[in-house]
Amino acid sequence: MYALADCNNFYASCERVFEPKLEGRPVVVLSNNDGCVVARSQEAKDAGIGMGEPAFKCRDRFDRYQVVVRSSNYTLYDDMSRRVVRSILEFVPDVEIYSIDEVFLDLRPLNHLDVESLCRTIRNRVKQWTGIPISIGIASTKTLAKLANRIAKKDPTAQGVFQLPETDPDRALALDSVDVGDVWGVGSRWGAKLRGLGIRSALDLARMPTDDLRKRFNVVAQRTALELRGLVCQELEDVAPPRKTLVRSRSFGDMVTDFEQMSEAIANHAVRAAEKLRHEGGTAGQVSVFLSTNRFRDDLPQYHGGGTAAFLPATASTPIILREAMRLTRFAWRQGFHYKKAGVMLGDLSFGEIQGGLFDTRDHPRDDRLMAALDEVNRKMGAGTLRPAATGVTPKGWRMKREHCSPKYTTCWRELPRVQT
Amino acid sequence: MLPSIPYAPAPGASPLSRPLLAGTVQAGFPSPADDYMERSLDLNEELIHRPHATFFLRAAGHSMVGAGIHDGDLLIVDRAASPQPGLVVVAIVDGDFTLKRLSQTDDGLALEAEHPNYRPVSVGEETDVRIWGVVTFVIHRP
Repeated sequence: MYALADCNNFYASCERVFEPKLEGRPVVVLSNNDGCVVARSQEAKDAGIGMGEPAFKCRDRFDRYQVVVRSSNYTLYDDMSRRVVRSILEFVPDVEIYSIDEVFLDLRPLNHLDVESLCRTIRNRVKQWTGIPISIGIASTKTLAKLANRIAKKDPTAQGVFQLPETDPDRALALDSVDVGDVWGVGSRWGAKLRGLGIRSALDLARMPTDDLRKRFNVVAQRTALELRGLVCQELEDVAPPRKTLVRSRSFGDMVTDFEQMSEAIANHAVRAAEKLRHEGGTAGQVSVFLSTNRFRDDLPQYHGGGTAAFLPATASTPIILREAMRLTRFAWRQGFHYKKAGVMLGDLSFGEIQGGLFDTRDHPRDDRLMAALDEVNRKMGAGTLRPAATGVTPKGWRMKREHCSPKYTTCWRELPRVQT
Repeated sequence: MLPSIPYAPAPGASPLSRPLLAGTVQAGFPSPADDYMERSLDLNEELIHRPHATFFLRAAGHSMVGAGIHDGDLLIVDRAASPQPGLVVVAIVDGDFTLKRLSQTDDGLALEAEHPNYRPVSVGEETDVRIWGVVTFVIHRP
């Protein structure tokens, strides 16, 4: 048996743990730069606020329903996500962290137990220990567990935990209640095409000849159908496959027209990317820089620029990556445009020993020690305490707009929740 | 003139790859403490049982001075501990955090301040009261 534990309205729930007043009120969380709605409490969903809707289009509804608006506080969500996972690990040793708010559980070693009541215990404990409500779907494959989770969320009689029945007619009934577009891995594109073929529900898809699916779609669609029939095609993935690239980019709060602001923004991305790369124990063989204007503003002249440089040997050193990123920025910059977005991409990543270069005169151990010291100071004293001067000294207009951000309740001593005695 | 090519050690022969000799070389007397070595103390181990259920909060106000909790103190709050009468808890009363001692009275459970100027809040039907967590330790700067 597999299970999928999914946090209910995760970002909104995180906000509520530390702001109990938000309980029962509609809450939405906005994306970086306060652009779009990326999370909604149930009350906000009921108020008709759509996922991904631009915030400015929702203003009237925000006012009418007294919606509480928060900027995304990923520092908090990340910490709460880890707490949820560690709580689950007390009960189930084999898990796959699928996303910030979803965890697959391998229940096969625990099949001798009543897995449904085990999952109810997990659900209650996670709620008590972390404050985060979760729903759990249980079934014989990951695809079915995902489907069962959907039912656990939608069907109030399930009370947050739903085990897919093993035998018909109950199994078929459950599968038939889920739209084909909502099956894990199908998506809206295949969903439309499948409906065109008369395949409406998960049950229809499970009953489709799998050879036919492979011919009309691909092997992934075939695998999905097999999993819906209860045949395990996907085991838990212990470790995420090593990444190929590492990107740090962001839209500007206000459009950037000034070279100094642009180079500071890119320097910050380069520094954060290098830091992340070292954290993951990797090195980069190349760095790319890109900058672009706002493609939605057809009243303004458009420009997309960038460039790539290679490293030999591969490196994770901030000064080296930064120097190349700054050189590329100078090449790519064109005066007279309103820039909306810029970023840095580290590519040709490798994880493990660095291949030494014949003409490499750099003192690697010394460089590694310097970077380790830099990371340690920033970890202890807060991100960006020690940073290259190129990243700027005072806050600038390119920084993210986060006008409604809650405190970093769990990761910053100065921002702890306060309790009135 | 030809550029000079610096000497680089062969892969696997870098100075760092030598094994570290831990302990003392038998030249003088061995440390008499070698057999008694233990880990240093870690405060987390003593104060926190379930890190993923433990939160730090900051106390504000004076109503709990009788319990040794002062304005600005750091509170270690365990959400996994079960809230028994007699324990100091973080409660939610009508949507606001409050720090009180949970007590058993003739009329049921109550939240009591530990300061003569404050009256207890009874945990009855008319007020919406929930327990958020149990305060297990207080860190106070004397």
